[in-house]
Amino acid sequence: MILSVLSSPALVSGLMVARAKNPVHSVLFPILVFRDTSSLLLLLGLDFSAMIFPVVHIGAIAVSFLFVVMMFHIQIAEIHEEVLRYLPVSGIIGLIFWWEMFFILDNETIPLLPTQRNTTSLRYTVYAVKVRSWTNLETLGNLLYTYYSVWFLVPSTIFKALSWGVSLLK
Amino acid sequence: MMLEHILVLNAYLFSIGIYGFITSRNMVRALMCLELILNAVNINFVTFSDFFYSRQLKGNIFSIFVIAIAAVEATIGSTIVSSIYRNKKSTRINQSTLLNK
Repeated sequence: MILSVLSSPALVSGLMVARAKNPVHSVLFPILVFRDTSSLLLLLGLDFSAMIFPVVHIGAIAVSFLFVVMMFHIQIAEIHEEVLRYLPVSGIIGLIFWWEMFFILDNETIPLLPTQRNTTSLRYTVYAVKVRSWTNLETLGNLLYTYYSVWFLVPSTIFKALSWGVSLLK
Repeated sequence: MMLEHILVLNAYLFSIGIYGFITSRNMVRALMCLELILNAVNINFVTFSDFFYSRQLKGNIFSIFVIAIAAVEATIGSTIVSSIYRNKKSTRINQSTLLNK
């Protein structure tokens, strides 16, 4: 029930991003979407990711877009006269994507069709979790700095390219 | 029961992001729809890693890199949009047709 309460504003706000008349609204509606997706991560029990997503997405990305939109007086009204022109072709492409998903997702591991599942017959308690359980941050740090440490250092080159790009474009 | 709800929600957000990205005449709206797409993909990765790779966290780690790339691309995109706006005084996407001849 909590899942549907938290995810239904995401459905509406996602549509309003594409359809809002004012460009400032189309920057503000993703903030609602990011808040809802981080609450989904909270329901999954990933606390670190659920806190990092608002900090980065809302606090950095949406705020910088808000600066761009509000400093430059981008024109307000967009006339939606040719929106429905793309709808038949893109609707067919969307339906083909949706139909192809059923080839990939077989019903045993990821059930999409309603199946009778017996989830209450076997109970297996993992006692290692009750003794000392790892937090999300500990597990990420355990992997990110040891096994994936080279992968972790590669985005630094991308940030270097970012700083060069921003300084050259000024 | 929760897995497919989250997957369907993120597939919906992804398709809405693609729809808004294609049919937007404003550059800023296109970039915000791109952020929507990347966020939906991120939550899908993290959900799959939570349900199937709980010991290894592969999707969670990849989503950290996707967040970094999204932040970088948002910054560069907004810089480019602001410099285009400074030159041409409008942010319509279909205004540069000089290569069409």
